[in-house]
Amino acid sequence: MRANNVLGIIYSNAYDSAIPELTTLRTMGSVPFGGRYRLIDFALSNMVNCGMQKVGVITKSNYQSLMDHIGSGKPWDLSRKHDGMFILPPFSQSETGFYSSRIEALHGSMRFITRSDEEYVILCDCNVICTLDLDSLFEAHSSSGADITVAYKSGKAPELEDLMLFKTAEDGRITEAAVSGEGGEGAYSLNIFIMRKALLERLINEAVSLHMDSFERDIIQRNVSALKIYGYEVKGFARVLNSLQSYYDTSMELLMPDNRRALFVAGRPVYTKVRDDMPAIYGLGSNVKNSLVADGCIIDGEVENSILFRGVRIGKDAVVKNSIVMQESFVSDSVRLDSVVIDKNTVITPGKTLCGAENYPIYIGKGLII
Amino acid sequence: MSRSPECIAMLLAGGQGSRLGILTKNIAKPAVPYGGKYRIIDFPLSNCVNSGIYTVGVLTQYQPLELNDYIGNGQPWDLDRENGGVHILSPYQQISGTTWYKNTANAIYQNINFIDRYSPQYVAILSGDHIYKMDYSKMLAYHKEKQADCTIAMLEVPWEEASRFGLMFTDKSGAITAFEEKPKVPKSNKASMGVYMFTWAKLRQHLIDDENNPDSGNDFGHDLIPAMHRLGERLFAYPFDGYWKDVGTIDSLWEANLDLLNPKVNLDLSDNSWKIYSRSPAAPPHYVSGDATVQNSMVAEGCQIDGEVDFSVLFSNVTIEKGAMVRDSIVMPGTVIKSGAVVQYSIVAENAVIEPKAIVGERPEVMKNLDDWGVTVVGSGVTIGNNVRIKPKQMVDQNMFF
Repeated sequence: MRANNVLGIIYSNAYDSAIPELTTLRTMGSVPFGGRYRLIDFALSNMVNCGMQKVGVITKSNYQSLMDHIGSGKPWDLSRKHDGMFILPPFSQSETGFYSSRIEALHGSMRFITRSDEEYVILCDCNVICTLDLDSLFEAHSSSGADITVAYKSGKAPELEDLMLFKTAEDGRITEAAVSGEGGEGAYSLNIFIMRKALLERLINEAVSLHMDSFERDIIQRNVSALKIYGYEVKGFARVLNSLQSYYDTSMELLMPDNRRALFVAGRPVYTKVRDDMPAIYGLGSNVKNSLVADGCIIDGEVENSILFRGVRIGKDAVVKNSIVMQESFVSDSVRLDSVVIDKNTVITPGKTLCGAENYPIYIGKGLII
Repeated sequence: MSRSPECIAMLLAGGQGSRLGILTKNIAKPAVPYGGKYRIIDFPLSNCVNSGIYTVGVLTQYQPLELNDYIGNGQPWDLDRENGGVHILSPYQQISGTTWYKNTANAIYQNINFIDRYSPQYVAILSGDHIYKMDYSKMLAYHKEKQADCTIAMLEVPWEEASRFGLMFTDKSGAITAFEEKPKVPKSNKASMGVYMFTWAKLRQHLIDDENNPDSGNDFGHDLIPAMHRLGERLFAYPFDGYWKDVGTIDSLWEANLDLLNPKVNLDLSDNSWKIYSRSPAAPPHYVSGDATVQNSMVAEGCQIDGEVDFSVLFSNVTIEKGAMVRDSIVMPGTVIKSGAVVQYSIVAENAVIEPKAIVGERPEVMKNLDDWGVTVVGSGVTIGNNVRIKPKQMVDQNMFF
């Protein structure tokens, strides 16, 4: 594909309400993940790794942390004179207000979309974590002659509002799209769509004029027979986050080498904002097993089955197990943590013990002092 | 040029660093990796931006390819700018012919036009191969306060090491009264750090005079500054008491890396108010497995550790397999150390492979004669074969299979 002929659109707020703990103060796109990333890094890196040059990031609320993270788009090489990264907030045009649905959000950004020169458009959400070769998606889309191609994964579908489950014919064409939030087994949507930009414009304008507001029901489901909608199965690592538990489980999956290899593919780096931390330092009394550790950490205690984000400190005689500790948090001496998710800039004072369970991790909010 | 900066920096980065042997075979000394994710030149470059100097000329000559690539447009240091920013200055052809940079002063002399374009009041002359954190703005304030023509940063070194340095004698006001270059019996322990602040108008004149003097070796320390002193210009020493290291030799490079693991050493790279910037690889966090033991070490992103690591510095994307052991060593990016291999008291350069059961380096404790002991070096891209043993002090520059 000619990559600069494809426009990228990322919803940074999609399914914010699914993980209220982590998104009270931020968008889904700026949720920290995997020791040094934010969720939006995966969607952005997929796009730039196949050479796309123009990406619009739709935001709705709480987007200060997102703006801080993506800035001008430099880490993704999207800070450019021509094209590059565009943030699309609500109230950006006189006729649009606050978004409450995907259709409204796209309609609110319609001027950006229509003014772009690209022929195709790829839409992505931020609660989907995968390393996807968008070139192959595009290949599949053009060789099948589809109007719309949507990426899906087979297996146990997560329970997520309005998540689509597909039935496909042998050639990949979607014959049925069920919209529910109940989960189930089968081919479930990863909400990554590719289509001609002109088609997207037409579908959105049509839906808006008919006062329709569900992208899933009113655009995909309603058009299953009228349009040629094809599925594209993602075989590699792909996870849809729908709760704090799934956030925790997916994070812990990264401790397995096969999953890391599937997500961090050689030649397809995941880019993120550079923080210029020093490398991690292991002190004399440190004991780290089966853990992911980012730059800037200083570890003097014991860490097992855990993920430490950039700039985390683990004090002497502290024991951290099965936990996720986010950026710049401070775990003091002799603290015991088990199955805890600690948000950014939190301080756990000496001697405290916090225990959740692996199927019910405790969440400690951003900036708290415990 | 919309506005003239008060001070610009000229960074001498053309040095070969021949005493670093195979480590500088294909790269200039300032590009030598240091401290898990840095290169030596990150230190003076970061010092510049942290000190508010945003116009930096980097003078390259020896093997500049990788260094030029690394500096690029200066973005990692915030030196990609409309006004100023970083400029790579290589020797170029002139109507009078082409000359390489003959020496430090000559390199600046050949770039007088570059400096004149910015017409700064002051020029800092820095070396691209020292590890230190220093606020040049304080040095500039001192230079102005003393109404100096040239200010030289000065470090008090242990007396036993003083004979390796260019030494200075000062009076009470800090004015320099005499110089002594690497004397056998030192009478001063005040060493020059190779960091100079000049008033540009003065330096400009002395550069021209120095160039016109056929007897001059065109070196700042040997020729230009002593000449200024003889002519009665105002020379002052600026005292500095932080960490400073010239990583000129294999031993000092090894030591300077391991200094980062010593809490008593005054070089804090985690200080957010004085960050050292570098070009980062986009690698995931490093992973330490259940079989691994990591103690008292520095580990960068992208590493995969299944073996034992003690008192070592691992750069990005290093793999230590299960049963391998690395101690008292520096392992540069992309190197793989396979199971059962031992790496000790060594520097292993980029993308090397240490095959199973190879033994690289030796601990000084087991040596009969300590004179035979030294740090072992494995060059970049070298493969050390199964069961091969590499002796202390050796430098391995080609693949060794058995």
